[in-house]
Amino acid sequence: MYPATVSSIDQSRTLVPVAKICGEPLLEIPQDLYIPPDALEVLLDTFQGPLDLLLYLIRKHNLNILDIPMAELTQQYMRYVDTMCADQLELAAEYLLMSALLIEIKSRMLLPSMPKTHTEEEHDPRAELVRRLLEYEQIKKAALRLNELPQVGREITVIRVWVEHGLIDQSPNLHIDDLRQAWETILSRSHIHQHHQIKRETLSVRAYMSQIMRDLQIHKQLQFHELFSPSAAVAEVVVTFLAILELAKALVIEITQSQPFELIYVRSISD
Amino acid sequence: MSDPLAINHTNTANETHDLNKVIQILEAALLSSQEPLSAQELRRLFNHEFTASLITNQLEQIRDKWTNSCIELVQVASGWRFQVRPEIQPYLDRLTPQKVPRYTRAVMETLAIIAYHQPVTRGDIEEIRGVGTSSAILKTLSVRGWIETVGHRSVPGKPALFATTVNFLNDLNLRTLEELPPLEEMKSLIAIDLSST
Repeated sequence: MYPATVSSIDQSRTLVPVAKICGEPLLEIPQDLYIPPDALEVLLDTFQGPLDLLLYLIRKHNLNILDIPMAELTQQYMRYVDTMCADQLELAAEYLLMSALLIEIKSRMLLPSMPKTHTEEEHDPRAELVRRLLEYEQIKKAALRLNELPQVGREITVIRVWVEHGLIDQSPNLHIDDLRQAWETILSRSHIHQHHQIKRETLSVRAYMSQIMRDLQIHKQLQFHELFSPSAAVAEVVVTFLAILELAKALVIEITQSQPFELIYVRSISD
Repeated sequence: MSDPLAINHTNTANETHDLNKVIQILEAALLSSQEPLSAQELRRLFNHEFTASLITNQLEQIRDKWTNSCIELVQVASGWRFQVRPEIQPYLDRLTPQKVPRYTRAVMETLAIIAYHQPVTRGDIEEIRGVGTSSAILKTLSVRGWIETVGHRSVPGKPALFATTVNFLNDLNLRTLEELPPLEEMKSLIAIDLSST
């Protein structure tokens, strides 16, 4: 009789849910939630930081990213952080900061909400965290796809036939024609540049922003019109202009004009 | 005519002969060059005798000509280059027993942020990744020639602004930044978990 009761208790115990996720009972602790005691280094290698760990927990347990159960997430998160703190505290600093943030969000959610004003929408304390998580996940996925692209030296072997350059190097006969050719090359290069820009059809503001910054590194200060290629198509002018506005907004360039109708100057703020 | 390649427009037989030679010279230049060569640069081979569009035309013919061989002519950001056909590459890999190491996730995520959000500071990168970015990561990428400093943001500390280079596009077989795999829409990231709950 007695042993039988024990076994029935054991059985019923195994059916008691260990946790509830989104109202659904979870009967077993997920295998991958168990952390072996010496797994700290593996853990730090596996996750790229607190955001990555949070994303893992959210995706693994099918939590709704727009409606994160904070208490649950924080508890699971803290189990990982405790393991980290066991012997390498300094490595866990960024993770500790995140736990403080999680607890802060939870506390805010427990507080009764302020009486709503008409103009203000109700603010979910989780919103900023959700934004960061989504932004990070977007980049994380982009990084994976980027790594799948074939790379020179990894999936691409560039062909190079061996050429004996020694003989050519030994006879540097400088002729006036060589100088002319060098000059022509420079001319043709500057020609390439304009030509290339006109041909382009899909224009990226980001690419132009980088190009403008490169130009401003070389010239320190440029007149506004110098940033536009004289033979540029309308689309390119528009994209260049957008790039200038973006850079000004980001406070990396300064646009000045001493008086109305005077020349407008653009320079990089860093100098 | 001093130029041995001068094309006699009245004689078609001569012209095809000369074009064959043009193709040979272009092939030799491309096969012996370490860097991709643009049509404009290749014009120098002929003292600028030919237009860039004629050179491009010949390059396209060369590309077609090599279609059924072990190597292929491809166009990347800074020009044209010959490379081993992807389906042959796995066999070559057997010659070198040790695997080429892949970049770590930290390096790839940093690269992705610079590629998609450029120009960005180290602070911007850390903000998105939620974790400190070591100098070693940025050094790895600039030693590879994939990123460079293009300026500084005017905030305390004057942090450097990073952007990707032409070399980055070349090494990834891309012609422009627009050819990067598109970023996944935020909406679809949310949709994943709405469908799974």
